[in-house]
Amino acid sequence: MYFDSFAEFIAMGGHGLYVWMAYAAFLIILCWNLMAPKLRRRQVLETVARHWRRQELNSTKPNLEAEPLPFSDQDS
Amino acid sequence: MNWTWFHKWGSPKWFFQKTESLIYWFGFLALIFLVVGLVWGLAFAPEDFKQGNSFRIFYIHVPSAILAQSIFLAMAISAAVGLIWRMKLAHVFVETAAPIGASITLLALLTGAIWGKPTWGTWWVWDARLTSTLIQFFLYLGIISLHQSIENRDTASKATAIACLVGVVNLPIIKFSVNWWNTLHQPATFTLTESPAMATEMWVPGLIMVLGFYMLFAYLVTLRMRSEILEREKGSAWVKAYLEKLNVL
Repeated sequence: MYFDSFAEFIAMGGHGLYVWMAYAAFLIILCWNLMAPKLRRRQVLETVARHWRRQELNSTKPNLEAEPLPFSDQDS
Repeated sequence: MNWTWFHKWGSPKWFFQKTESLIYWFGFLALIFLVVGLVWGLAFAPEDFKQGNSFRIFYIHVPSAILAQSIFLAMAISAAVGLIWRMKLAHVFVETAAPIGASITLLALLTGAIWGKPTWGTWWVWDARLTSTLIQFFLYLGIISLHQSIENRDTASKATAIACLVGVVNLPIIKFSVNWWNTLHQPATFTLTESPAMATEMWVPGLIMVLGFYMLFAYLVTLRMRSEILEREKGSAWVKAYLEKLNVL
């Protein structure tokens, strides 16, 4: 350890404000970089899941043209 | 030379499957390097005999500046690959790397300004190195907004790739600005040909931080690329299978 006490470590020989400001900037930009792709991934998974649910819904829907409905105009 | 690897890695499905476990390694290595580098640089490395402890900003500033330029170079190479061989994955890389590059350039500028205050007595000077780095930041923003402003995906990719190739002329300007002009900024610490003119216990944690930043970028860009691939390939059966495996379908 370079510093003798925790207080000295925080003070950074009078340059504490600058050193900690720089490391805070790093932390903020790091957090943004970690959060943004996670949010994007969640959004993409939702979009893709919706796409496939809709696809399945379409394939299970009755085919209106192949089968006549019970009360269709058969006697015309 | 066998080029099958090139075609394989150009396939979105192959890339997605191969990076599934690779991404954890990127994240793990980034974490190790960054924690070791930060603790070493902040608490164990000696202070600079002239700058005192403000020198510790070096451990964020230099890795972020190096990475910000490397990302731009990687984007330009990838843009060329995308334009020449019409490789879609190369365009995906360009588009996902741009926001990361912009944020890292911002970090280099911010930490540079913070370091400048106690060292030079000013937050900012219109010096060649600083100005060309600011231009790099605006180039990143320009590339991002150009991509967002074009509706058609292929047109947007092409325009973005061309912008990257044009913007890359700024890189040698940043690199050699400290040699070409009389600037306040000091020349490069890390070069490929010589060992740093700095005590070993001072530059080793810096090198670890550089490696950590590179690994962090690899992790972040892979994470982003995987999401874009899922969206682009959403109609494929393998994407459906992946979603079923995740239990979101």
